[in-house]
Amino acid sequence: MADIAHLEAHATGHDHHADAHTPTGWRRWVFSTNHKDIGLMYLFFSIAAGVIGGILSGFMRMELQEPGIQIFHGLAAMAYGVEGGEALDAGKHMYNVFTSAHALIMIFFAVMPATMGGFANYFTPLMIGAPDTAFPRINNIAFWLLPPAFILLVLSLFFEGTGPQALGFGGGWTVYPPLSTSGHPGPAMDFVILSLHIAGISSILGSINLITTIFNMRAPGMTLHKMPLFAWSVLVTAFLLLVSLPVLAGGITMLLTDRNFGTAFFRPSEGGDPVLFQHLFWFFGHPEVYIMILPGFGMISHIVSTFSRKPIFGYMAMAYAMVAIGFVGFVVWAHHMFTTGLSLDVQRYFAVATMVIAVPTGIKIFSWIATMWGGSISFKAPMLWAVGFIFLFTVGGVTGVVLANAGADRSLHDTYYVVAHFHYVLSLGAVFSLFAGWYYWFPKMFGYMYNDTLAKLHFWTMFIGVNLIFFPQHFLGLAGMPRRYIDYPDAFAFWNRISSIGYYITFVAMVIFFYATWEAARKKRPAGDNPWGVGATTLEWTLSSPPPFHQFSTLPRIDSANAH
Amino acid sequence: MDSIVAFHDGPLMWAISFIVILVLVLLVVVAVRFNAKANPTPAGFTHNTLVEILWTVAPILLLILIAIPSFGVLTDQLVVPDGQRKYLGSNIFSFGEVEVPAPELTIKATGQQWYWDYEYVEDEVGFTQLMLQEDERLATKPGQPRLLAVDNELVVPVDTTVRLLVTADPIGVIHAFAVPSFGVKIDAVPGRLNETWFNVRETGIYYGQCSELCGKDHAFMPIAVRVVTKDEFATYMAAYKAGDYAAGNATLAAVQ
Repeated sequence: MADIAHLEAHATGHDHHADAHTPTGWRRWVFSTNHKDIGLMYLFFSIAAGVIGGILSGFMRMELQEPGIQIFHGLAAMAYGVEGGEALDAGKHMYNVFTSAHALIMIFFAVMPATMGGFANYFTPLMIGAPDTAFPRINNIAFWLLPPAFILLVLSLFFEGTGPQALGFGGGWTVYPPLSTSGHPGPAMDFVILSLHIAGISSILGSINLITTIFNMRAPGMTLHKMPLFAWSVLVTAFLLLVSLPVLAGGITMLLTDRNFGTAFFRPSEGGDPVLFQHLFWFFGHPEVYIMILPGFGMISHIVSTFSRKPIFGYMAMAYAMVAIGFVGFVVWAHHMFTTGLSLDVQRYFAVATMVIAVPTGIKIFSWIATMWGGSISFKAPMLWAVGFIFLFTVGGVTGVVLANAGADRSLHDTYYVVAHFHYVLSLGAVFSLFAGWYYWFPKMFGYMYNDTLAKLHFWTMFIGVNLIFFPQHFLGLAGMPRRYIDYPDAFAFWNRISSIGYYITFVAMVIFFYATWEAARKKRPAGDNPWGVGATTLEWTLSSPPPFHQFSTLPRIDSANAH
Repeated sequence: MDSIVAFHDGPLMWAISFIVILVLVLLVVVAVRFNAKANPTPAGFTHNTLVEILWTVAPILLLILIAIPSFGVLTDQLVVPDGQRKYLGSNIFSFGEVEVPAPELTIKATGQQWYWDYEYVEDEVGFTQLMLQEDERLATKPGQPRLLAVDNELVVPVDTTVRLLVTADPIGVIHAFAVPSFGVKIDAVPGRLNETWFNVRETGIYYGQCSELCGKDHAFMPIAVRVVTKDEFATYMAAYKAGDYAAGNATLAAVQ
């Protein structure tokens, strides 16, 4: 460690020189080739998109708070100036537009930019001892493709979907044809397709950059098997993106040509098959869910180890569990399609393959607990979020095992049980890991310390809120309530009301989050290079907070003593 | 449906509850025993081959234990009865003990935007089923639930295996035919004909709802199946074939 500290002092010496060329003002950000600046832009972009996606879900929860249609006909009346039955019809479509936009925004513009854009960009080079990413200009274009993609998606909300009083695309984030082809003749769906294409190009470029960085720019002595687990998680995720996104691109291009150029890939009247799209979509869509969660796995490993003051338990198993999840994640896609009429053998295979994923996931859960076992744990805010993540992800994981059984999925498919399941692994899993990472690296990224009590208050409020939203949805699903419904039979009223109350609590939690961030920015309490003490062993903690504009001008040398 | 309920409430709920409680207990133990106050000096171990093998092998065994009944439940759903094959029923570890007769009736359900069309395939008669709007429901069938009450229920006989063919309008969109109480959910895909089956043991009205997003009225195309005795069904069908659905339906007690 002393060795690194010495080298670092040396490196910072160089940085003074480099800082002289630091661009200032808007040029620093728009023309940025700096992985840390780009990482921060990704994070702020993600927060902005997350707020928009979260507000959309607020309208949905308000609508579902009581049986009957409460607010969407009113929204439609405001938007289109229509009344009565016309407003109701427009409102029903608008509800579907909101659910679709909520999902697309949260997945492509909130979670992915935060994990693979923000934290991966900012911390992968720091953790592997690299001065920057391998392709800084690709990094710039990868980020700057996202705002136009997001603008296209937002524009889609204002173009015709199914008719002049039905703007936007309301066919779900899964964009299944024929609903996304003949079912939405207006240009809204074309905007969605172009938006996804551009977001996909952005992610592919980002992945190429990260893979190259990790393979070629690790500090001397840092073999792959000494690399921090977060870098491992980013590596696996980048490969998943690289392999799965082109398949999505192919699928939605076929949608585009079916819609506009007279092809019939998915049109049964001319020999096409809508189910083909579902295969293509889920070949991307299933790895996509691991894309969203794997970087979180990496972050949680470091946070648990740091605050337990104990090295990660079973490092090799942890790294290869992620590789295994990545591989198996590519051969389980049709478990999203158990009701499409797949043959018995195909359903058997996909059921078993899906259950196999529980094994490496279990290894990770137990290894996190074993990392804590025997440790000396301080429950600071990031650790609370990490422990919350482990528990909630376990809950979401076991309901995944239930759904994996095609026989049980017969009853649960497309019900609120599925909604509860994937929000437990994403909204409570991935998002909790993002907040854990935010509070863990906040002092490093900004140089200031937040108020730990506020961060904990944010945690507890959000923990109660999201559980209140999503746990009752298991009961709704088991009772048979289908998803993507604007209105439901009266028997489902009670748990829907509880779920909506949970949303308001979560909303308060987000207010606390912004207040805590604002408070930290205002109070400017210096965080110091390493606020977490001896447990924080990865290279980013050897740098100043925030790190110099260019770090590691002289590369750190890793010996076996300070591996991972 | 018996087997789905038995499978879910039995092995699945036990397994997932066990895992969640195990993780919760471990987290609580760790928080109590290994917090910085209780344990100021952290241990340094990073490996323990025995427990690592244990927590790899134990989940595999648990999954195999789940997979055995899971395969049985799944196979029962996808194999249309021929009268010979035995089905699990609620005893999912039995490898088959319930006799299910071969189908005596074939019904084709076609998903439209946004309602269902039905056809009694052997009898070559069919009708359309629409959700009752609130004013219609209150006027004609006030005892039936909101959003689920329909104008024309699909009538089938009790204790009879029904073969169900499901598709959608060839130029329409995908829907899904679902009746939770029957354990039936199958997509209605344009250009495809999906097959499944059910056998109802009790008379009454059973409801389901479209289970694949199909546009603005996705939430407003319910499925209502009225299960009647075999005699009642024979009378109904005779009158239906002689006249129309209304004539057939008139032979049954009115739905309130």
